[in-house]
Amino acid sequence: MATTATPHGAHHDDRVYHQFEDYEQQTDSYVIGMWCFVVQEIMFFGALFMAYTLYRWKYQDDFYQARQTLNILWGAVNTTVLLTSSFSMALAVHYAQQKKQALQQACLFFTLLCACAFLFVKLYFEWAEKFRLHHVMGPQFHWTGSGSPAHIQLFFSLYFGMTGLHGVHVLAGIIVIGILMFMTHKNYPSVRDYIPTELVGLYWHFVDIVWIFLFPLFYLMPK
Amino acid sequence: MSTKAISQEETSHIAERKNYLNNGSSISSWLLTFDHKRIAFMYLISISFFFLIGAIAAGIVRLELVSPNGVMLENETFNKMFSAHGITMVFFFLVPSIPATLGNFLLPIMVGARDLAFPRMNLLSWYLYVIAGILLLLAVFMGGVDTGWTFYTPFSSLYSKTQVTLAVSAAFLAGFSSILTGINFIVTVHKMRCPGMTWDRLPLFVWAMYATSLIMILGTPVVAITLLLVAFERVFSIGVFSPELGGDPVLFQHMFWFYSHPAVYIMVLPGMGVISEIMAAFSRKRVFGYHFVAYSSLAIAALGFIVWGHHMFVSSQSMYQGIVFSLVSFLVAVPSAIKVFNWTATMYKGNIDLSTPMLYALGFLGLFVIGGLTGLYLACIGTDVHLTGTYFVVAHFHFVMVGGSVTAFLGGLHFWWPKMFGRMYPEFWGKMAALITFVGFIVTFMPQFILGFLGMPRRYHLYYFAGAEFQPYHIMSTAGSSVLAVGLLMPALYLTWSLKYGEPASRNPFHAVGLEWTTQSPPPTENFDTPPVVTWEAYDYGEMEAHEAHLDEAELEEGGEAKKEVEKL
Amino acid sequence: MFPTKLAPLQGSNFAPEVDALFYIITALTVFFTVGVMAVVIFFAIKYRAGSKADRSRPQNENLFIEIAWSVPPLILGLVIFAWGSVLFVKMRRPPQNALEIFVIGKQWMWHIQHPNGVREMNELHVPSGVPIKLTMISQDVIHAFYVPQFRTQFMVVPGRYTYEWFEPTKPGKYYLFCAMHCGAGHSEMGGYVYVMPPKDYQTWLAHGGSTPSNEHPTLVQQGQELYTQLSCSNCHKEQDTERAPSLYGIYNKTAKTDKGDMLVTDDYLREAIVNPYDKIVAGYTNTMPEYKRVTQTEPGLTEEQLRSLVEYVKSLSSSATPSGLTPGAVSPAASGGPVAVNAVATQKPGGVSAVAAGGVR
Repeated sequence: MATTATPHGAHHDDRVYHQFEDYEQQTDSYVIGMWCFVVQEIMFFGALFMAYTLYRWKYQDDFYQARQTLNILWGAVNTTVLLTSSFSMALAVHYAQQKKQALQQACLFFTLLCACAFLFVKLYFEWAEKFRLHHVMGPQFHWTGSGSPAHIQLFFSLYFGMTGLHGVHVLAGIIVIGILMFMTHKNYPSVRDYIPTELVGLYWHFVDIVWIFLFPLFYLMPK
Repeated sequence: MSTKAISQEETSHIAERKNYLNNGSSISSWLLTFDHKRIAFMYLISISFFFLIGAIAAGIVRLELVSPNGVMLENETFNKMFSAHGITMVFFFLVPSIPATLGNFLLPIMVGARDLAFPRMNLLSWYLYVIAGILLLLAVFMGGVDTGWTFYTPFSSLYSKTQVTLAVSAAFLAGFSSILTGINFIVTVHKMRCPGMTWDRLPLFVWAMYATSLIMILGTPVVAITLLLVAFERVFSIGVFSPELGGDPVLFQHMFWFYSHPAVYIMVLPGMGVISEIMAAFSRKRVFGYHFVAYSSLAIAALGFIVWGHHMFVSSQSMYQGIVFSLVSFLVAVPSAIKVFNWTATMYKGNIDLSTPMLYALGFLGLFVIGGLTGLYLACIGTDVHLTGTYFVVAHFHFVMVGGSVTAFLGGLHFWWPKMFGRMYPEFWGKMAALITFVGFIVTFMPQFILGFLGMPRRYHLYYFAGAEFQPYHIMSTAGSSVLAVGLLMPALYLTWSLKYGEPASRNPFHAVGLEWTTQSPPPTENFDTPPVVTWEAYDYGEMEAHEAHLDEAELEEGGEAKKEVEKL
Repeated sequence: MFPTKLAPLQGSNFAPEVDALFYIITALTVFFTVGVMAVVIFFAIKYRAGSKADRSRPQNENLFIEIAWSVPPLILGLVIFAWGSVLFVKMRRPPQNALEIFVIGKQWMWHIQHPNGVREMNELHVPSGVPIKLTMISQDVIHAFYVPQFRTQFMVVPGRYTYEWFEPTKPGKYYLFCAMHCGAGHSEMGGYVYVMPPKDYQTWLAHGGSTPSNEHPTLVQQGQELYTQLSCSNCHKEQDTERAPSLYGIYNKTAKTDKGDMLVTDDYLREAIVNPYDKIVAGYTNTMPEYKRVTQTEPGLTEEQLRSLVEYVKSLSSSATPSGLTPGAVSPAASGGPVAVNAVATQKPGGVSAVAAGGVR
């Protein structure tokens, strides 16, 4: 079979995968793809936010009673930690664009640390206490305060469900950042340009934004 | 117009050419492939497998229903059978079928690209589908699910003692397989069109896949989280839908149908895309009203998101909600009607070739019109109150899903089979199967409209209360289903047979216009020897003759050179 | 084996109109299907490859045609929509004087409670020519009360009352089905609706229904008994006290609660029993204990018991003095119905109380 020379061979950019014509098409494709993924995640969390909004509107008092047991201090600490991690993530992308690998790695590492701190605070300080106080939904649930125990349990169902799902996304982010750091360290060709870091950054900012909504909705809810 | 006779020389030349099928034959070259065409083939095998499972379950259900007192099953087992049928068919066949097989194979070629935007994600999506399928099989072997594919709470979350968690996890994963396909398609259509391929030169199949992909990424996550919540309720007591905790079981229905209604458009839009292609090719004419057909796909996708409450007219949502949903449901019928009329007009002053794909397309027209119009009975609340929850609904959705989607899938499979596998299927058996399927389908599902009107509820194992009234129709329906089974089995047999023994296909056996017909049958791994530059409009049948002649020449040249290579050896 | 029926019997006031709508849509469906297929087949023959038809100047787009075949079908559709919606509004607005009967769906049977205490299982006796309103709730999962020959159906949901209404037109026996998948017994959870001439219905009701050997206290009486057993009267007195508001005269009035002004409906009363913390009347705190509904794992009140309590509290809104509660004088004003009053007058007070806390299922 004849193999006429393909224009693709004319300028061989080894950053470009075979299905793309040029670097620009590849970059655009990856960015659009990542945004599609984020849109999809928004719908994913969005459905939960809808459910929460509906129930909160229905059971305002009980939800307020329940939320008073949440520790605003730890919530605020976590919010700060996550915002800081978003900043360091943005810095990492910046250094990646400038090809300053050492600084990029340092920023990625700091982001990683913040993410781990977030999970630690959540699990050790917040959730552990909830387990101790029997606020976790299920057969162990026991509520001694005022308000309808049934609706309080509903609040905690949503609280653990949503913050838990968010936590899973933070964990996924930790793993992905870790892999990115490893591949950058080993100079894998696929991470040689800044786009993978930018995509991870986009994901991380999304995870942060979800928390920015979760925090006031759960912790700061007024009566 | 039959396929051109191919000479002996061309046969051996074609058979020896390097294409995506023979480019590597180890297991890992298949299981670790990034080639969208190989992935499409693997999808074809897997969805056919699940179709078989779903069909067997359906057969058992139909057998059981010949007697008002059942035949051989317990109530619970019957419930598990129709649940398995629904879950398998909806999540593991209808949603992926055309997008993951024909879409995966054709989309890059139709836009003139070498592959999809994200080939590795494409492979991941197949693996997610397979793992999801394994979870489903596990659920079935460990006792099955009895909730129906709709998993209504609180039955599914608190009362059912079957493998609900496994089943919803399977659907959850299958959903992500679908989402990844959608992302891939959207980016490919936006960014990977070859030079000259503007949006309004795109084949209507691509428009349909694009609209489908939009629904996939916007709708699927909602059902994913809904099903996840059901699993969480069973495993972690997160009682979001539990009335004991003040939760609202009807909220589940809202969240579920918010996806599952658009999902039916995921199932039918690709089929409509296929029909556009077949109507054009076998009328040898541009599709009438190209822009209307293209935009109607987008309109269906958009409107499809705001009608979900028509599944819930009697669910205790407010009367006003119901009326609004009813109004919008009538609106969403209009773009589908526009398509049907445009396809019909395509035939006007065309050159109609009644080959197998066209028979499927014409069957689609008739059955989809009936299916779509019977939706009006259900969109109209006054009649829906009587008909919801009965066999009328079952008949309606089988008309659109089987008479529509499956018929279109089979039509598309036959149309592009020569392209995909380089082999022709036996035309006589193709026509036979199409006719048998059509007849069997009508005999199976027409009586069910009457059953529904008479009041026979769906998901009923026993119907002894009104046995005399209902039984004749059930017997008719079961009889029809055996004919339908034969009609569906036939392509499975002769298409598989054709892979080895079918007549080798030429580049463009149906003389159709489209980028996929400019490349070899089967295509090389890179799809095109040289990336195309498009200078013609879609379905440019007028200009086609000159272009085809040019391509035939080029091919003969190639063939001549290859022959010389062979002769040297 | 020739099918004998193509259409269900018409047994209610809605049936003729639903059928008319059904047949109109059928006419449209047949028209468009036959129309489209006729044109398709005609084109397939006339323009088949090799035929000598005139193919000159084929058209590819025509805005006028697109509008011509989009707008008229849309208008037809909207007409159908309007008619169907008007019919639906009628279905959702029961007349004031409808005879109220209570339905409880559970896996896998229907429990019917007539206000005078008569109970049925998987059967519903109703008088013809009288509007009947079914107030329904589920004990467990979602069911649907479907009488195809009346063309009425509505879901029966746990945790909240739903309703449907109809007026039977002809005495006879009609199918009753559960139309929402609810588990193993879904297809066996059915029976019949017996429509009787009003006089026969009165007799049937007065003699205790289909099981005349039992003596049935009225629903209100059952509720009163339960009310005492559960010690409701310890806190709820004739007048408002420090501990609890009076329950006299509250039904269908506005209650001032901590969640704002609310209308006291059946749902409100039921919620107040199973979940008193949700809405607290102004001036009180949440000291009322929960009387929860029975679940798969926890004991509690059944929906029948809850209904009887609700009916009892409703009855306190229509009688003059609390002690003057003789059965004959009780007129369930809220559920209305001239038919029921006569029947009630012949019931004996007290009688076998099949009601005990957490007992009967």
